[in-house]
Amino acid sequence: MAGITGKDAILTDYANKLEKLDAPKGRSLTQDAMRRLLRNKAAMVSIILVVLIVLAAIIGPYFVPWGYAEVDWTSIRKPPDLSKGHVFGTDQNGRDMLARVLQGTQMSLIVAGVATVVSVVIGVVYGAVAGYFGGKVDAVMMRFVDIMYALPYILFVIILVVIFGRNPVLLFVGIGCLEWLTMARIVRGQTLTLKEREFVEAARAGGAKPFTIILRHIVPNLTGPVVIYATLTVPEIIITESFLSYLGLGVQEPQTSLGTLISFGAPVAEVLPWMLLAPAGVLVTLLLCLTYIGDGLRDALDPKDR
Amino acid sequence: MISYALRRVLSAIPIALIAVTVCFFILRLAPGGPFDGERALPPNVMANLRAYYNLDQSLPMQYLIYVWRLLHGDLGPSMVIDGFRVSDLIRIGFPFTLTMAMSAFVVATAIGIVAGMIAAVNQNKWPDYVLVLVVMIGVVVPNFLSAALLQLVFGVYLKWLPAGGWVNGSLTHLVLPVTVLAWPHAARISRLMRGSMIEVLGTNYVRTARSKGLGERLVLARHAIKPALIPVVSYLGPGLSYLLTGSLVVEQVFGLPGIGKYFITAALNRDYGIVLGTTILYMFIILALNLLVDMLYAWLDPKVRYR
Repeated sequence: MAGITGKDAILTDYANKLEKLDAPKGRSLTQDAMRRLLRNKAAMVSIILVVLIVLAAIIGPYFVPWGYAEVDWTSIRKPPDLSKGHVFGTDQNGRDMLARVLQGTQMSLIVAGVATVVSVVIGVVYGAVAGYFGGKVDAVMMRFVDIMYALPYILFVIILVVIFGRNPVLLFVGIGCLEWLTMARIVRGQTLTLKEREFVEAARAGGAKPFTIILRHIVPNLTGPVVIYATLTVPEIIITESFLSYLGLGVQEPQTSLGTLISFGAPVAEVLPWMLLAPAGVLVTLLLCLTYIGDGLRDALDPKDR
Repeated sequence: MISYALRRVLSAIPIALIAVTVCFFILRLAPGGPFDGERALPPNVMANLRAYYNLDQSLPMQYLIYVWRLLHGDLGPSMVIDGFRVSDLIRIGFPFTLTMAMSAFVVATAIGIVAGMIAAVNQNKWPDYVLVLVVMIGVVVPNFLSAALLQLVFGVYLKWLPAGGWVNGSLTHLVLPVTVLAWPHAARISRLMRGSMIEVLGTNYVRTARSKGLGERLVLARHAIKPALIPVVSYLGPGLSYLLTGSLVVEQVFGLPGIGKYFITAALNRDYGIVLGTTILYMFIILALNLLVDMLYAWLDPKVRYR
């Protein structure tokens, strides 16, 4: 029954509005983080760009009229020319630059993925074990990390090249084995606080074995920092790969990678600038986007910034 | 302070020893060797060579000999170039590499700190945005690519600076390499400085200083800069070692006569003597730098000394 002043109608409206707001329902941490990430324009644009680059690298080669090792004898050292289908021009051997850039991006992404997975797995397990067991185990394990930090990174990578020679995938498994140090430190720090929490104590009281606790209860709670750090590891590996290929130590012809393409493009950039600019553009875009995504994830997942 | 310094130095010794051991065994266990040429050497020549480099001894014995010589300051011989030792390589290449790295270090640290301060004071105004962009490019673009692009623009198109090579004592030949080397370092430092400065400017003691009527300049100079420098100082050690190893790449790209060129050639020729000696030299430098940074840190932040 509506009153004379219409007060009830207003109140009902207000109550309906309150119900629609999701405040009383509460939001999970993940939803909260997703919401913040969606609001971060730089990160969203970067995610879209990276997805596009990854898709192009995977399915792009099937749509390019030229193969990455195929020679077009009628156009050698030609600038970009749409009528012949060479969107990025051709190199000194008449190979289509677009096809080569796509193949190079694919190779760079594959090795970066392999190395990142290796480094994350080692880093998480190592850090969680050191942090969970604590005491002497922790002291010895983290001292080893300190020692590894003292070894010059680039020199060690070059030594790995000498050991693994020309197999790019094995080489990047090796590089992943060098990259886990910071991951291990982060994970250890997080584990030290996590293991004092009630749910871990409950699991222990319930008779769960240490490794079950680590895998079931500690590692899932590390998702935030691990995801952030992995996103920031990918560009680092891509740079390492490009750098090795640039020195002629990485991926070998006719296979190619962004670094190899840049190293072939740089000396001739004066006369054939498209040979440097095409791979360099892709590399810089990819690296910038991945860094913005990493930063965006950190801002979104960091509980301090609420 | 002195006892803290002593403790740090003592704890660095076992780290150095273990790191030497790791390097030694990894290289000895690597497949292939400097004597795997195109054609096999006659067995007696091979035997002599192996005896000369102590490769006929057992692995632990080789290790002991190596450590013994290392303690006497001998980093070992080259296994490819006869009579050439790591010490010769250091004498030829290291002064140059050190000059490059140090000049990049000084330039980048100064620019990075000042730029970070400017950005923090003008947070979310245009100097801050410009700086964040320049920093992002510096962090993201790998040095061999920025080298190639700068060579193209300043060396080839504008012809302001030589694109590469080395003429003894010519400073213009150093401008591009040092810029390439310094940029990422300056970028990281200014990022750290900006972050910590913003944090310090929000603290209570800075508010107190302002409220008792100190001018903005005095607040910065007396109260804000020293505490804001702490994270920057902790990055200086890793930063300098990063510059020293990064210099290897830049030397290679610009064709400069530092250690880099020799090291990469040696690695490709499987000259384990040079590779091992250089790696160990760099490791000692990095350890020494970390020690130095720890001392600086303890001086800036007294809490550290008593942990």
